[in-house]
Parts: sequence; C-alpha cells; structure tokens
Amino acid sequence: MSEKKHFLSIWLFIGSLLLVYGLLILGSGIYVLSHPPQHPLVLAKLNAPIWWGALLIVLGVTYILIFRPRREK
Amino acid sequence: MTLGSVDLAIIAVYFLYVLGIGYYLKRFAKSGEDFFLAGREMTAWIAGLSFLAANLGSLELMGWAGNAYRYGILATHWYWVGAIPAMLFLGIVMMPFYYISKTHSVPGYLQLRYGEPARALGAVSFGFMTVLMSGINMYAMAKVMQVILGWNMDLSIWVSSLTVVIYVALGGLRSAIFNEVLQFMLIWLGALLIPILGLIEAGGWSGMVARITMRLHADYTHLWAPMATFDNPMGIHWTGIVLGLGWVISFGYWNTDFLVVQRVLAAKDLRSAKLAPIIGSAFKMAVPFIVILPGLLGLALLPADLHLTTAKIADATGGHSYDEVLPLMMVRYFGPGLLGLGITALIAGFMSGMAGNVSAFATVWTYDIYRAFMRKTAPDEHYVSMGRWCTVLGVLVSIGAAYLVRYFGSIMDYVQALFSFFIAPLFGTILLGMLWKRCTKQGGFWGLLAGTASSIALFLWVKFDPSAISIVALSHKALDQAENMYRALWSWLICVGVTVVVSYLTKPTPEKELEGLVYGLTAVPSEGHLPLYKRTIFWAAVVAVVFLVLQWIFW
Repeated sequence: MSEKKHFLSIWLFIGSLLLVYGLLILGSGIYVLSHPPQHPLVLAKLNAPIWWGALLIVLGVTYILIFRPRREK
Repeated sequence: MTLGSVDLAIIAVYFLYVLGIGYYLKRFAKSGEDFFLAGREMTAWIAGLSFLAANLGSLELMGWAGNAYRYGILATHWYWVGAIPAMLFLGIVMMPFYYISKTHSVPGYLQLRYGEPARALGAVSFGFMTVLMSGINMYAMAKVMQVILGWNMDLSIWVSSLTVVIYVALGGLRSAIFNEVLQFMLIWLGALLIPILGLIEAGGWSGMVARITMRLHADYTHLWAPMATFDNPMGIHWTGIVLGLGWVISFGYWNTDFLVVQRVLAAKDLRSAKLAPIIGSAFKMAVPFIVILPGLLGLALLPADLHLTTAKIADATGGHSYDEVLPLMMVRYFGPGLLGLGITALIAGFMSGMAGNVSAFATVWTYDIYRAFMRKTAPDEHYVSMGRWCTVLGVLVSIGAAYLVRYFGSIMDYVQALFSFFIAPLFGTILLGMLWKRCTKQGGFWGLLAGTASSIALFLWVKFDPSAISIVALSHKALDQAENMYRALWSWLICVGVTVVVSYLTKPTPEKELEGLVYGLTAVPSEGHLPLYKRTIFWAAVVAVVFLVLQWIFW
C-alpha cells in the first residue's frame, strides 16, 4: 500500500481545532456571564459565546469521532 | 479596540495548526505531481471546498461586505449571476477537456492547443495578475487590521505572508488545499454569527429593509429591478451585469483562472473533477449570507455618524472605509473569544486566497516558464525544489505589490480592471480552443494578444479622456464597475473576432493533433450508467433551479 493512503483526514484537524475553539469561547462566555462588563455589547443578553462555543464543541467532537484514525483490518 | 488574551490564544492556535498541517504534509510532497497537483487524489468535496476557499480572499470577505454597504444588494450579482452559471459550465463543459488532456495548468492547456507563444503570453499575464492580486489581498487585510485593531501594517503583512510561505513551500498544493478547507470552515464559523445577530437586532429581513429605506430613500435591496436604467447605486445597466459580469468576467474567472482551476485539477478522477465546481457553486450561493448581508445590516444598523466612505477619503479624514464594515459589525456583537474567532476568520480568508495565488504562481512559473523556456530537461526533484523557491519568490513579489497598492484608492475596482485585462480575452481563447476545432494556433495567439491589448487600451482611453466612458460603457452615467464590465465584454469580442478571422486565414490544425483537447475529438466518458442522483448533470440542475428561485425572490 502506498504511503499516500496514510494521510490523517483534514476533517480530523478541523474537528480538533473546533473543539479547542469551542472550549475557549464557551469558557470566556461563562466568564463574561459571571463578570458582566461595564459597557455590554449589543445583544449581550443573548449570550452568544455560550451557545456558539457549545456548537463548536459538538461539531468538533463529531468530526473527531467520525474521522479519527482506525486500525486497518 | 484591543484583543484579550483568549482572542490572541485563538489566533495563535490557528497559526500553529496551519503550520503544523504544512509540516505534517511535507513528507508526502516528493514528486512534481505531489507538489504541484497534490498527487491528483483529492475527493470531490475537498477539491470543491478548496476551489471556493481559494477564491475567498480578504477582498471577498471585507471588500464585498464593503461593496454591499456601498451599492446595496446589487453586490450579490458577483456571487450569483457572476459565479453560479460559470461554475456549472466549468463542471459540465470545460472540466473534461482540462482533465482528459492531463494538463498541469491553464497555460499548459494553451500550449497543447495553441503552441508555445500562446502559453508564454498566458503564463506571463497570469503570473503578473496573480502576484498583484495577492498583493492587493495582503494590503486589504493589513489595512483593516491596522484601523480596527491598531496592528502595525508591516507586521501583519510579513507575519501572515511568511506563514503562507512556510506551509505552501513545505507541503505544496496538498498543504494549500488542506489548509483552505480548514480556513473555509473557520471563515463560516467566524462570520456566520454576524448575520444571525444582525437580523435579530434589525427585526428580520423586513425590519432591515425598512431601516435602509428610511435612511437612504433609495432601492438598496432589490437585485434586478433597479437596473432597468443606470440610476442605481452602482450606476450599471442590467446588460452590463448579464453580458459583462455574468458572461465574460465570470466565465473567464471561474473557467480559466488557474488559481481556482488548479484545485479541481487535483481531483482524483474525472467525475470528482466535474462534481467539485458544482459542490463549490452550492456553497458559493450561500456566501452572500456571510458577506453581503453583514454589509446591508451595517447600512441598516451602524450609527449614522459612522458614515463609511472610500479608502481614499477615509485616509484623508481619519474615518472608516467601506472595507471595514465587516470588522465593525464584529466589534458590535463579538466579545472576548468570539472576536478572536472573527478575526481568525478574516486572517484565514486572506491566507486561503494568498496560498491559492502563490501555489498557482509557483506551478505556472516552474512548468510554463522555467521548464518551457529556461531548463527543459531536469530531474523531477529539481522542479519541486524550483517550486518551493518560487513560493518564496511569489510571496516576496506580492509583498512588494502590496506596498504598491497602498497608493490606489478603490481596491476592488482595480481588481475588476485587472480581470478585464487578462481573464476576459483568455476565456475567449480557451472557449474557442475547446469547442471549435477549426481554431488555429495563430488564431488563438493573435486573438489573445489583441484582446489583452485592446482591454488595456480602453482602460487608458477612459483614464486620459473620462468622456470616453459614454462610448466604452454606453452611458456617461456609468460608474467604474460598469466600465469594467463593458471593457471586459469588448475585449472578449475583439479576442473572439480576431481569433476567428486569423483562423480562417491560416491552415487548419490536423485533427490528429487535437484529440483529447477539442469537443468532437475527445471521448468524454458517459455517466449514463450511474443512477440519477450520482450524475453531475443532476446536481448542476439542482443548483441551477435554486439559483433561479433566488433571483425571483430578490428580484
């Protein structure tokens, strides 16, 4: 079998990056929720970082599970 | 505005990833086919997304969001009528000829069909246009980062450019493509929240339209209705959009610009190569949601005293330019974390466009200039090494171009002028070459030369005598974009006319030499044995129907 067939899937890279981003954004969203800034942003009450961060985590985990390297049978 | 530590961490992680992907893929870039054509093993999805991402430079994101703020929904024509029919045409009609001819580049096809002089002309004009485009992208990004974030322009240009150099030089086209897919995802995930939150704030589409109408007292939200005359925000008639943009510029760009075609040539088989532009077109139709809609929302929601203007006036007055509307909308809604993601999306857009330019430049320089005219026989490793050095050279020249572009006022108008110089006539040459076997080598070369020269001449004519606009663009009311559209149309017509006349005056090329290159002499494998849902024509028809419905909805 040629070496070319042993690529890690690009979707695996994307999944892991989205997971890291999701954790960072969700974390910062929770922090802002517990420490509200003096001048809140427009639509701050929607808590966009929390649900967007959660969405990135779900997407990231899904990609990782689907495209993780598996042993060839 | 300043970024917090979490934003900076997000940006830093992005840089680590793109460099890591380049480093990981270096071990697979050994032969010329690996480095310049990604081993021709990309799936239709990867090739299709990369095909689109290479087009999503910083100009596509920030420039067209700015144009939406300036011209209203008319800017959407560059994504719909100015892209979708052409992308479908590439997948259904032109891709088989590119793929079956086994060419490594568009100038390579010119050589197979018309000989070395046409290839030289195509390669040199492409190289020139590519590094300039790359420089324009670089400048646009650095400028916005400077205004919005206070980042040093030189630092932005050098850091992001050197990152692109490293990952493209390491892994070649495969690394560029893999990173483009990653960047495509980041662009969407970083920009998608703006229209969502903007529509919530504006009270939906109707609320946004009402606010714009109240503020501007003009039609900024209909696609076709305002173009019955030149009295619309863009100063363009529908004939200019349909014939100049929808036909010549769009078909020229999507079918002959090697920057995008290279991604599809990397597909693993003909069916994937045909399907890739169709997948790309489906996503292209959705891009206005993250580019045009934020511009319109900016028009509706940004404070009236934040009046955006051209880059030249903004520079002089210290105000904000049209190109800054997307980052300004980010600043409006995005707090720590999300802002980092949004800025990463802009950087990713810039880098995907630049990597596209640089990898295409390296291929054309190495194969169509260096190997064709300087060193015809050398080991494969030598050309791979040359490709790596060309990547560095291409970026350095692009950086030079970025500093040059600093002195031009309207970035996008300049880009459209470049397209009409080179892309419009090239489309005439390639189209005739693929579909008309009577077209001769001399006809192709002289047609291409005449089309390019006439386009530059028309540009200079209007530059030195502005009243000539009423002849070139059919109305004294026509604005820059209209001039570009009509100039492209004239140069295409001149190219086609000269090609046809010269072809009839010269000896036909023997049919034997045209096998695999021209319609009627090329055996294109049929998809008749496949179930309907697996045929490229079926998916092209689905995209075409959605495209028509969108025109009707926003008419």
